[in-house]
Amino acid sequence: MRGKKIVSLLICVLAFLAACGGNPSSNEEDTAEGSTVTILIDNGQNALAGAEAIAEGVKEKYNIDTDIEVRPGGSEGDNVVKTRLATGEMTDIMFYNSGALFQALNPSQHFLDLSEEDYMNSIQDTFKEVVSDDESIYGIPAEASQGGGILYNRAVYQELELEPPKTWEEFMENNEKIKATQITPVVAAYQDTHTSQIILLADYYNLQLEDPDFAEKYTANEKKFVDTPAAVRGLEKIAELYENGYYNSEASSTSHTNALEMLATGEAAHYPILTGSLTELEKNHPDTIDDIGFFGIPGDESEVHGMTLWLPSGFYLNKEAKDMEAAKQWMAYAASPEGVEKHMEAVKPNGPYMVDGVELPVDSFTAVEEMNEYVEAEKTAPALEFVSPLKGPNLEQITVELGLGMIGPAEAAEKYDRDVDRQAQQLDLEGW
Amino acid sequence: MKVNKVYSYWLIVPAGLIYVLLFLYPTAVSFFFSFTRWTLTEWEWIGFDNFKMFFEEPSLMIGFKNTLIFAVLTAGLKVIIGVFLAVILISKIKTKRFIRSTVFFPVLVSTIAVGITFQMLMHPSNGLINRTLELIGITGPDWLGNPNLAIYSIALVDVWKGVGIATVILIAGMMSIPKDYYEAHQIDGGTSVNAFWHITLPLSKPAINAVILLALIGGLRTFDLVWAMTGGGPGFSSDLIASIIYKQYQAGFYGLSTAGNVLLFILVACIVYPIFKFLTRKEVDL
Amino acid sequence: MAQSLEAEQLKQGKQRKHVVQILAEVIAVFICILVFIVPFYFIIVTAMKTGPEAAQLSLAWPAESQLWQNIVEVFQVRNNMLVTAFINSTIITAVSIGILVLICSMAGFILQRRKGKTIGLLTSAFLAGLMIPPAVVPTIWVLEQFHLFKTFPGIILVMVAISIPFCIVLYTGFIASIPKEIDEAAIIDGCGSMKLFLTIIFPLLKPIHSTVIILQSVQIFNDFVHPLYFFPGSENATVQLTLYNFMSMYSTDWNLLFANILLITIPPFVLFLIFSEKIVAGMTAGAVKG
Repeated sequence: MRGKKIVSLLICVLAFLAACGGNPSSNEEDTAEGSTVTILIDNGQNALAGAEAIAEGVKEKYNIDTDIEVRPGGSEGDNVVKTRLATGEMTDIMFYNSGALFQALNPSQHFLDLSEEDYMNSIQDTFKEVVSDDESIYGIPAEASQGGGILYNRAVYQELELEPPKTWEEFMENNEKIKATQITPVVAAYQDTHTSQIILLADYYNLQLEDPDFAEKYTANEKKFVDTPAAVRGLEKIAELYENGYYNSEASSTSHTNALEMLATGEAAHYPILTGSLTELEKNHPDTIDDIGFFGIPGDESEVHGMTLWLPSGFYLNKEAKDMEAAKQWMAYAASPEGVEKHMEAVKPNGPYMVDGVELPVDSFTAVEEMNEYVEAEKTAPALEFVSPLKGPNLEQITVELGLGMIGPAEAAEKYDRDVDRQAQQLDLEGW
Repeated sequence: MKVNKVYSYWLIVPAGLIYVLLFLYPTAVSFFFSFTRWTLTEWEWIGFDNFKMFFEEPSLMIGFKNTLIFAVLTAGLKVIIGVFLAVILISKIKTKRFIRSTVFFPVLVSTIAVGITFQMLMHPSNGLINRTLELIGITGPDWLGNPNLAIYSIALVDVWKGVGIATVILIAGMMSIPKDYYEAHQIDGGTSVNAFWHITLPLSKPAINAVILLALIGGLRTFDLVWAMTGGGPGFSSDLIASIIYKQYQAGFYGLSTAGNVLLFILVACIVYPIFKFLTRKEVDL
Repeated sequence: MAQSLEAEQLKQGKQRKHVVQILAEVIAVFICILVFIVPFYFIIVTAMKTGPEAAQLSLAWPAESQLWQNIVEVFQVRNNMLVTAFINSTIITAVSIGILVLICSMAGFILQRRKGKTIGLLTSAFLAGLMIPPAVVPTIWVLEQFHLFKTFPGIILVMVAISIPFCIVLYTGFIASIPKEIDEAAIIDGCGSMKLFLTIIFPLLKPIHSTVIILQSVQIFNDFVHPLYFFPGSENATVQLTLYNFMSMYSTDWNLLFANILLITIPPFVLFLIFSEKIVAGMTAGAVKG
């Protein structure tokens, strides 16, 4: 206990000295040099490669070492993060989702307010909104954003002379033509259950067009999936693909990796997934990566066709960081165009960065370029999970049931509402 | 008096202390926390809400059905196949060491490894099982992908993995039957089939009971095989109570998860205890 | 004449019986191979293949054995995570078994020897543990109170606690077969209870120690569920958790996944080779009176 106090006192003194120094930047470098920053990231390949790239840059520029620790992903990882925060064992910097998941961590208690930092000016507002509370901003983007929608094989499209659809109707017409050629129209990879929910989640762009206050009312328990036709529509889309026989036959034994392979080889034409998978696709199928394009889940009208955006995870600075100065330098570097470019060198972006002054590299994925058109036309919306803390843990099982025809859309909506209800009650959310 | 002093209670204390602290005490408090909304640091009394949630939600209730199917099926098959194997293995066959070792070997392999292996073997089109069936002109089912079949496929794999231990227990039981019974039977002109029904089976009843109870209890409580093979899917179709408890824990629903634990406790007690009483009473009759 | 004919028939009958028996044995062995050996053969050949070869899921022998390369690669994944996992699992297993053998034989001895209401009650309290499913989240809660959650002592104590009932059953069963006269001789010599147990009884328990050691160490080494709950975290990996995590990582590299399976099956297998004959012996002895 006493030791901790002394350390924090020392940090205060150092911070004071740094602030008083005539030349703050050189002074900072003096204090931080040779120090080590600890960081906790999740076990995704991109997260590690990205963190390592920034670590390398920070080492070159400031001679700060980075100790990277990897935790499991998914809800198991959430538990790790929550427990470590609760027990005070969090690293200096944390890599974690932005949006509702982050807000559930009670940020003001654990993380340092970054709103006064210079680099905040160049970070896009869409991102800042999902890493702040009423007063403070806590995070910087730790990677590129992602699009949620449908990856499609452009070679198949060319051969069958198809156009990327702008409405659901056009999409279904394309599927019908594709099916006639023995190519699987849409891959369902239900061995990795999380892939089953994408159509619904990525349909949120269409939902919020039709029902702009859905997120707010849904969070406040004033609206349910079941009584919101635009929300059920996303579930219906999953079911329609099943009813028309557009999915592959062994959906339950098909993994995400299998699905990417089917898409890359042209065995299948569409795969509803996040554009984050492009990295893996490139790794396994470098020859055909340029054949892969992207479109958002089509809605009813072609003029407003858009896409749902998955905002990047963030880096957050622990209030109790052991070496605060070094950690602050680390963050500033990661948020600078220099840092972002370093990151992009290591991890080819799967979507646009949320930092101003950074452009997509010339050799970007075709799919990312197609995705960028939506961003430039401002036809995007952040996914529901970034604007509402409600996300039932069983959604992926429910959408599997739906995609296998075990239940219908109405039942799925009901089931999911109950799942969310359970979440709200167990976690004691306001208004439930 | 003196005797009891020599058998001092102190020798039970180490085992007792660990057992009480990390087994009985958590079990006891689980009854309390199952009535709460719980974050591990704070709790709030919510009465029967957790239990209501369990009974009202089909995706939670399916766990009860599946757990019963799984436990009864695996216990039954392990006993039947185990008795069959044990009889073969105590007879004078030459390959008994070979058969005994192969049957026992899966016991040594971890459940997760077995699950992964069979997930591959049961792949609907590429898997070895269906490709073998194809050779003889049968189109094999989608063992794990068909929601109506998944739990049965997993149960079969569990039997495959566990029958070895059942067989060993049964062999131990059958070998302790005195030889004179068989000799007497033979002198009376009885056939070996008769000997099985009238001597082997009744006299290895304690071993059979042990196998039934162990398999039943094991079947009611496990979920690792399901977790490795289907994760409870497709959808919720192969969820067991234990996997549901884990999922609620994963989601941070500690109160609900603990309520599941209590329900599992009650289910096990309601099934196993009467069977235990019934089986042991029969034993006394003999 | 008639007699010799009868003898001949008997002989023929015996021969026929003999043929039938051999045939039955051949069939039994064949089924055994099909059902039990083929899956292991599948594990081994897959572990020897290259990635694309393994993806075919066939039983074909690999063109060239990759086993060593695969094993090296599996060990190197994620900063030698598997090495850490092996060390962790070995520590957990060895310490748990050591504690179990000592405390359960002690407790089993008293529970079997003393008579009376209290001891009956204690025995049923221990036996109840065979039936009761461990209460997961409350156990985590208790561990957290003692700051033992996610620590070696924590997971070891949990493993010990859940294994106590079964071990006590095995020990009491076996101790029942040790005549009380042995104790009495020692008592007359003025032995205290601890000395009596350690110097006289404990060494006599060797066969059942073997049974406990093999059954429980296989159980603990292969356990997935309890480390999943009580020993989470990447630095705390155990072999089974590592395998489970690799499952999604290696969704295309099945050769590596199966090389991993092969590796982690070796320790239980070696143990089995050492103790195999003793398992049945220990259990038979226990079953006689138990």
